[in-house]
Amino acid sequence: MDENPRDRNDRAERERRKRNIALALALGGIVILFYLMSIVQWHENTGH
Amino acid sequence: MAVTDTLSYPRVTTVGDFFALLKPRVMSLVVFTGLAGIIVAPGHVHPLTAFTALLCIALAAGASGALNMAYDSDIDGVMTRTATRPIPMGHIRREDAMAFGWAIAAMAVATMWLFVNELAAGLLAFTVFFYVVVYTLGLKRRTPQNIVIGGLAGALPPAIGWAAVAGNLSLAPIVLVAIIFMWTPPHFWALSLWRCEDYARAGVPMLPVVKGKRATRIQIFIYALLLAPLGIVPAFIGLGGMLYLVLSATMGFWLLLEALATLREKDEVREPAAKRLFGVSLLYVFVPFAALIIERLFHLPPLWT
Repeated sequence: MDENPRDRNDRAERERRKRNIALALALGGIVILFYLMSIVQWHENTGH
Repeated sequence: MAVTDTLSYPRVTTVGDFFALLKPRVMSLVVFTGLAGIIVAPGHVHPLTAFTALLCIALAAGASGALNMAYDSDIDGVMTRTATRPIPMGHIRREDAMAFGWAIAAMAVATMWLFVNELAAGLLAFTVFFYVVVYTLGLKRRTPQNIVIGGLAGALPPAIGWAAVAGNLSLAPIVLVAIIFMWTPPHFWALSLWRCEDYARAGVPMLPVVKGKRATRIQIFIYALLLAPLGIVPAFIGLGGMLYLVLSATMGFWLLLEALATLREKDEVREPAAKRLFGVSLLYVFVPFAALIIERLFHLPPLWT
């Protein structure tokens, strides 16, 4: 498929933004999971 | 990002390309058998701990898939079945897939270690190692027994799920692992019967390529013959109830019938019996494991205590 270099770079920029958002969401999910799991473990260890 | 960076790629890498690297269909089967292990295991863990264990199993399975695609990208490009994967299509660089796979695998094992237990984390690490190093890098291109031995990696998720809850292993999870281990050869050899030329072109020594289709049909039948009785064992070790026994016996019988049809197959071009066997083998894992989950969720008693 022939694509105008300018269009291609625009599309590359959009995809890069989408990748960054997906990465941010994944990292955010991990942070929330670690936070919640830390609370669960703290409760289990202290018998609350 | 510099213009030259984007121009050096045949196509822009999308989020979907990374998702495809995780082999979502294979992952779903692994997650399902892992979930069965979590649910049927004795003991109790916080639901969030169970969710974390399942997430780690899913991520490790996805990472193994990504690493398999990275290390096998040369043969994937040759085979019709795998030619449209992201790396041979030029959507993702092999090195990026490797970094992605190893990073996710490390994160999954570390998270399992931190928040679940050491045994589950150790088994998870062993599973990734076995699939990527032993199967993909070691066995796959060297022996027709590649999927037999390599099948251990795909068989371990119920034991990982069990270990995540119980903190130990016993006969029951080992039997579940044995069932999936014995299921793997008829499943993949059925596929290889009608993809034989694909594997031969790529130089992968699958059983039909090395020993011929006749030998493969006999081996499939032998494994199905061993698998059918093994499949009902959970009903006699205090794991499965009446529902499990009926469904696993029915599925075992059905699998055996399809294996027999594959043994007698005359159409070596279209291989309709092998295609049916492949479909039934997928059901064979799903149905009995679903029965185990349903029995435990609805507190149905095991047949033998």
